[in-house]
Amino acid sequence: MSVIEKDVQEVKAGWRGFVKGKWSRKVNVNDFIEKNIKPYLGKEDFLAGPTNNTTELWKIISEMTKQEIANGGVLDVDVNTVSTIVSHQPGYIDKDKEQIVGVQTDAPFKRSIQPFGGIKMMIDATKAYGFELPQGIVDMFTNIRKTHNQGVFDAYTSEMRAVRKAGIITGLPDAYGRGRIIGDYRRVALYGVDFLIKEKKQDLANLEVDSMTDSVIRLREELSEQIRALGELKQMAQMHGMDISKPANNAKEAFQWVYFGYLAAIKEQNGAAMSLGRVSSFLDIYVERDLAEGTLTEEQAQELADHFIMKLRIVKFLRTPDYNELFSGDPTWVTESIGGMSVDGTTRVTKNSFRFLHTLYNLGPAPEPNLTVLWSEKLPEGFKKYCAKVSIETSSIQYENDDLMRPIYGDDYGIACCVSAMRIGKQMQFFGARANLAKALLYAINGGVDEKSGVQVGPEYPAITSEYLDYDEVMKRFKPMMEWLAKTYMNTLNVIHYMHDKYSYERIEMALHDRDILRTMACGIAGLSVAADSLSAIKHAKVKVIRNEQGIAVDFETEGEFPCYGNNDDAVDSIAVELVESFMTMIRKHHAYRDALPTQSILTITSNVVYGKKTGTTPDGRKKGEPFAPGANPMHGRDKKGALASLSSVAKLPYEDSLDGISNTFSIVPKALGKEEEGRKSNLVSMLDGYFASKGHHLNVNVFAREQLLDAMEHPENYPQLTIRVSGYAVNFIKLTREQQMDVINRTFHGAM
Amino acid sequence: MANGHIHSLETFGTVDGPGIRFVLFMQGCLLKCQYCHNPDTWGLNEGREMSIEEVLAEIEPYLNYYRSSGGGLTVSGGEPTLQAHFVKQLFTEVKKRWNLHTTLDTNGYNEGDKINDLLELTDLVLLDLKHIDDEAHIKLTGKSNERTLKLARWLSDHNRKMWIRHVYVPGIHDREEDLVNLGRFIGTLNGVEKFEILPYHQMGIYKWEVLGRPYELEGVPSPTEEEVQRAYRLIEEGRKQTALV
Repeated sequence: MSVIEKDVQEVKAGWRGFVKGKWSRKVNVNDFIEKNIKPYLGKEDFLAGPTNNTTELWKIISEMTKQEIANGGVLDVDVNTVSTIVSHQPGYIDKDKEQIVGVQTDAPFKRSIQPFGGIKMMIDATKAYGFELPQGIVDMFTNIRKTHNQGVFDAYTSEMRAVRKAGIITGLPDAYGRGRIIGDYRRVALYGVDFLIKEKKQDLANLEVDSMTDSVIRLREELSEQIRALGELKQMAQMHGMDISKPANNAKEAFQWVYFGYLAAIKEQNGAAMSLGRVSSFLDIYVERDLAEGTLTEEQAQELADHFIMKLRIVKFLRTPDYNELFSGDPTWVTESIGGMSVDGTTRVTKNSFRFLHTLYNLGPAPEPNLTVLWSEKLPEGFKKYCAKVSIETSSIQYENDDLMRPIYGDDYGIACCVSAMRIGKQMQFFGARANLAKALLYAINGGVDEKSGVQVGPEYPAITSEYLDYDEVMKRFKPMMEWLAKTYMNTLNVIHYMHDKYSYERIEMALHDRDILRTMACGIAGLSVAADSLSAIKHAKVKVIRNEQGIAVDFETEGEFPCYGNNDDAVDSIAVELVESFMTMIRKHHAYRDALPTQSILTITSNVVYGKKTGTTPDGRKKGEPFAPGANPMHGRDKKGALASLSSVAKLPYEDSLDGISNTFSIVPKALGKEEEGRKSNLVSMLDGYFASKGHHLNVNVFAREQLLDAMEHPENYPQLTIRVSGYAVNFIKLTREQQMDVINRTFHGAM
Repeated sequence: MANGHIHSLETFGTVDGPGIRFVLFMQGCLLKCQYCHNPDTWGLNEGREMSIEEVLAEIEPYLNYYRSSGGGLTVSGGEPTLQAHFVKQLFTEVKKRWNLHTTLDTNGYNEGDKINDLLELTDLVLLDLKHIDDEAHIKLTGKSNERTLKLARWLSDHNRKMWIRHVYVPGIHDREEDLVNLGRFIGTLNGVEKFEILPYHQMGIYKWEVLGRPYELEGVPSPTEEEVQRAYRLIEEGRKQTALV
């Protein structure tokens, strides 16, 4: 018997009934999906409500959520145990009722210590929430075991520290896990862990090469770590009473094993975004097989989805309050990508695509998991309509343009965090937060002197001294300042990711990747609309500079009107486009760590508030400290021609120069979508079709009335699950800071009469 | 070609006609409705002057949205028939170039025959009937409702599609007799595809303040859902009495 035949026999129980292919010999989940997926073209009428167990489990979780809020945001912390894949005994919500088991520690809502990214974050976070880290652990990760954070600061230059402090580059993952890496958790269910270990061992054997270069040595060490992590994954499942060495036999096992893969990742890494990938239609294949074999009912299939999603909703990391101030409401970005099309033209929408969205009814709306619909004009009508309905009723989904991304990433990519597309198991990114272009413009005007601190942060280029700003002169000063920013930014990211690989390597996530992958260096821009409108004011109106006694431009007086980004007016939209293109061009000039491919996003998440706080008055009329618009959004109140004009401006930004995503958040009052339910749904579908046909990349859709939000601010107790979408992900509205709540409310609501 | 006086435009209108619509708000209105939420559109020679070509250029980028949703162009105001010539030219062009669905949102304060050629190019009329009782109409708007009723009749006689809309203000529109009479009148009309009550709201008050005009409905609340349902019921009763079979 050949090795392959023996393998097939061993695993065939789990693979019974599946159409074989390339995937049955080597890891290739996409080939498995392509050969076995059953697209669903119908409507939502097959969906089942929650079972009693589901309702009761959700009640427990809702109660614990309340306690957690009452307790100041964190319910419990296991301060004595450093989290690893196998560090904790199993924990349960109510063991008899749970179809899918496993939480990060030995109890739900109990957070763990994850110090490999940085011990300081752990010390500050435990202290802030009324817990204390034992001195032994502090000493261990201060004096004996170095962390990523310490490594970064060992290597940072004085300039890097200065830009970080001034806030011209912010949100850098230098004190915690970088995240935005998606393990292909489906591999655990499809192949079982033994198969995966065997492939990795083969990879390692193939690396017994003549020349032991740095990269070979690094890769050999990483592969060894991956193999070790896979062993721990098996052990973790065993602690829960399950053997995951062989392929999953049925839908329940498939859901559970995918979740185990993900659980191992979040036990090991406290990454900024711990995204799930694209599992729903993969799992549907197992559900369909069970339904055909008569071993599963629709109610049970929905229960599996509900319990799986429930687990994803209670992913918890220990983070400092100022991290939460930046990103609001304890986010984890468990992003799941749903729908989309296959390269061969069939849809990847399955009944499980509906079931996953239906959890928003069975469990109520929620910010996590970050449900992301990959929209194509060719998606089945029934699914489009259902998505629109769910958006209108829950404001809990975001949309991304599959027709734009599929030609670049193929048909098995997923979204990490908010808008970052990557081939699953074949690509990862080095998350790079963002640089503040609005502030860079002020640096250009002030010759590199920070307008808030008065300190020389940027290079000492000539400042602009004229009373009125001249567009050509400003651009002449702005370009070299952007060049400096791009260089400093890239160098800073190189330090961060070098150290992260060294001290906080994502063993299990990378074990669920191919050996050779594409890495991107994901840079980003904040303040795009502020910078574009400021330049428009300088170009089309007259902007007078008010300087303080130090000669720093601290205010501006604008005479005359100027076109603003968000009105589909090329006079200013072209400035925004040029900023995006030129900053990307500048970033591409610099060497990226590990030969990563440089990309950028136009995404702020909720940090638009904090970026605004750190930035002085800008020539567009925005006063110092006022929030920026989120992501690629036009500034609120400046888009005067309605939603389509606003969307058209954003759609002009070139995706090929922002391959890490262009985030746009759209909020509308229900009645502005139409008077009747059917009309609202079809209007929203038309809007999405139109936006994506015009090459828009991403759209968050919020449908609610301003009054409702104001009421929720006053009476948060009445809105425990009120969910809103902000720049690439969703948050629980009542967990936002008051400042962020006001920012959301002040933002353009289309259709406010 | 004469320019139009434009108050503002909205690229994503969903309540003034079917589907997604480009809504052009024209400047100028002869009625002075007490509840008006756009009193800044009253002045005849204010607003931004735009040529037909300029307006068309504003519409063109969004044609896909309007077509795929079964929407089109709505001209509202102000009172668009005061610039009937401009609107006629606009409708002619959007029909000729893009075969776009056209809707005219009017208070009917104009002679059907005078705007006959505009109505020829209009696929749907949103007729805003302010009050069925003439005396109350005069009190509310400053003008008689005679022209509006005549226009409704004209549209009916010429088999035009219309939606009749009726703002409901508590204390002004709640008399049973008026509501039934309104229903009776509508019942005699052909081509009424839809009848809508638009509940009064206070969101335009700040504009009155900005314009320095006294707001006579100060303190008047929006109607409750029950009041609105009652009004629909009474109007429906009236319609049944006179409905053409």
